[in-house]
Amino acid sequence: MADVVLEIDALEAGYGEVQVLWGLSLRARRGELTAIVGANGAGKTTTLRAVAGTIAPWRGRVMFENKDVTRLPTHQKAARGFALVPEGRQLFSAMSVAENLELGAFSKRAPRSYADRLGQVFTLFPRLAERRQQRAGTLSGGEQQMVAIARGLMSDPDILVIDELSLGLAPVVVYQLLTTLKRLKDAGLTIILVEQNVHLALALSDYAYVIAEGRVFTEGVPKELAAKPEIRKAYLGL
Amino acid sequence: MTAVLELDHVSKRFGGLQAVRDLSFTVREGEILGLIGPNGAGKSTLFNLINGVYAPNSGRIAFYGIDITGAKPHVIARHGLARTHQIVQPLINMTVLENCAVGGCFGRENLPLSLAHQAAREAIAVAGLEDRMETLALHLTIAAKKRLELARALAAQPKLLLLDEVLAGLNPTEVEHMIGVIRRIRDRGVTILIIEHLMQAIMSLSDRIVVLNFGEKLAEGLPAEVAAHPQVVEAYLGDPKLAAELEGNA
Amino acid sequence: MVRRPFFWIIALVVAVFALVPAIGNDVELRESLALAAVYITLASNLNLMLGYAGYINFGSIVFFGLGGYICIWLVDANGWSLALSLLGAGIGVSALSLVFGFGILRLRGPFFALSTIGIVEGVQAFAENFGPWGGSSGIYISPQVFLPLGGAARALWLIYFMLVAAMAASLYLSYAIKVSKFGLGLIAIGQNEDAAAILGVPTSRYKALAYSASAFLPAITGGLYFFKGAFIQPSDAFDLTLSTEAIVICMLGGQGTVTGVALGAYLYEELRGYLLTTATFSNFQLVIAGALLLIIVLFFPSGLMGWIYSRFPRMKRVLE
Repeated sequence: MADVVLEIDALEAGYGEVQVLWGLSLRARRGELTAIVGANGAGKTTTLRAVAGTIAPWRGRVMFENKDVTRLPTHQKAARGFALVPEGRQLFSAMSVAENLELGAFSKRAPRSYADRLGQVFTLFPRLAERRQQRAGTLSGGEQQMVAIARGLMSDPDILVIDELSLGLAPVVVYQLLTTLKRLKDAGLTIILVEQNVHLALALSDYAYVIAEGRVFTEGVPKELAAKPEIRKAYLGL
Repeated sequence: MTAVLELDHVSKRFGGLQAVRDLSFTVREGEILGLIGPNGAGKSTLFNLINGVYAPNSGRIAFYGIDITGAKPHVIARHGLARTHQIVQPLINMTVLENCAVGGCFGRENLPLSLAHQAAREAIAVAGLEDRMETLALHLTIAAKKRLELARALAAQPKLLLLDEVLAGLNPTEVEHMIGVIRRIRDRGVTILIIEHLMQAIMSLSDRIVVLNFGEKLAEGLPAEVAAHPQVVEAYLGDPKLAAELEGNA
Repeated sequence: MVRRPFFWIIALVVAVFALVPAIGNDVELRESLALAAVYITLASNLNLMLGYAGYINFGSIVFFGLGGYICIWLVDANGWSLALSLLGAGIGVSALSLVFGFGILRLRGPFFALSTIGIVEGVQAFAENFGPWGGSSGIYISPQVFLPLGGAARALWLIYFMLVAAMAASLYLSYAIKVSKFGLGLIAIGQNEDAAAILGVPTSRYKALAYSASAFLPAITGGLYFFKGAFIQPSDAFDLTLSTEAIVICMLGGQGTVTGVALGAYLYEELRGYLLTTATFSNFQLVIAGALLLIIVLFFPSGLMGWIYSRFPRMKRVLE
């Protein structure tokens, strides 16, 4: 069994007075794609925000490579090898593709291998190479998602966390992106994928967590999980 | 079977976004009707249409047969419709009792101040807030604020209560308590239309369910029927065909 | 209401105002208390919009000034008695305020506040150009008008008692409203107007009523004030300083409370009187007012009464 890269332990968090996470625990293992699925409002994005440090966890721990990073500020997490591809892409739309990628390499880790990384990223996403000077805001949805993932990769991360890959994208585009992700995983990258579409998540992942009401509702290897009625119960209550 | 609320081909668009599309359904007297649907499905917009915050672009809304389409919120409140909000809206610098007195004074019965205080006390008792009657809303916990929101709506002695995510942010014990309160309210003869993301709760509370997706009605029926409905499952869990394509080519 | 102690507290204050100067025939005290009564009247009525409904009326002076003009014009040009002219002023300005309100009460927050200033500017411009009202020179009334009242000296006492009566009416009005259903609705509007509407409060109607009610007594007081001075001109009648000071007073004393506003008015008037007579500060009155407002808003948003209630919570049961 591969070792654990990221571990979340009894995480509690929320916004203002409203608590969203009520003790969430999960693990992402090296070289695996771990999926997090669940209905809207279940706490998927909140979990990622708490892990990234965008919101401060109220209770619980986040361990990255066996070190406690619960209170570590977001930019320092990037320096440690944690890359987040946020929901809705959140690119710098007025900047070019190349500039966005450059910003992805902003942290201390990246400069050493910058040129290499850029080359690798363009090999992975040839479409971006063609459009490197184009303003990011003018790209199609799928291309923007490519930039978002590529930007995450530019920091030479140990773990890539993607929030809602398929949102707003055409199926054929999603398929292309997922194929690329699979290649990255096979090359040894640890990936956490938060995904609305359960079937996609199960098709791609090595292990999956189903979240409901701020907690892990059920978890397991996709083949076993797909057969369980628990998944539907997590989403639909019955 | 009296129809408390009838929605007849109601539509609402905001600029380029069609929030609610040709929606029709009926709420029957004495029932708890649950409204579910993935985020952005148009549920809160629908509540705003029903209680007069927005006017629909087309269609008709009737309350006990009276046309309330596009009527002002305070007029609709007078007819006997009360609602709670997803983000609670307490009257911050007033006490719990005063908050509920406002509900009593200006709700269906349009009570004078002294009777409104009485109605307020009863509602506060149902919601379980008696020990905090003189507390300023400012100083309440989120769970207590949610109960206040509920008590205040109840004090108006409505015939129809619209509950908008009243369980959000509550811990499991509080959720249990609130569910009990909601059942007690129904037992007092109030019809309830409820939006909720806590699926287990709403499925167990509701007599019937209406599912919205992209502003349209996707399904309607008993909770068990709706949960097994293939289109509903797909709306929540996603399109299985996408995955099949991926697996086939992997 | 008569059974509650606060009713009698107000009565006591009014009695003091009425009797103390009269007993000693103390004209100086009378003039000082007259000014205090004017401030208390203006601030108490402003409080209906500011403290209860949460609408900041920067232009409340317009009721005072218009009341003054209508009253003086009715007495001087039309020969009406003082009493009828005052009533005419009160009713006229209240009715006019409904017209103003129709335009501006749909606005919220800073937009409403600015529009009230706009109304003052507009009415002042009108007065400056309206012939029958003397244009920018204003109106001087001939001393003849004091004759039916028994001569100048006696008239001044009569006017004083009427000012105190207006003050009493203002205090009782704001108290009565505060403990009524109407007041509850207004306060709910002040807390969260949209939530109040959803709860069934007829917000438009209530705001219009409050705005119009807040015009009546200040209009009468304006009539009395300018009649007393036998002279009115636009720059005095529509001086925004006075309405700004009224806001400071409400905030200083504790907006939304009846006692606080009255106390604040009295204290402010004394402070102002003191500052005006010292050589150093006589021109800085508005600066002081502004500084006070800033300090209150930043550090003591609940004003004097807020501080008193936090130290002596039992007072809440007695005072309003």
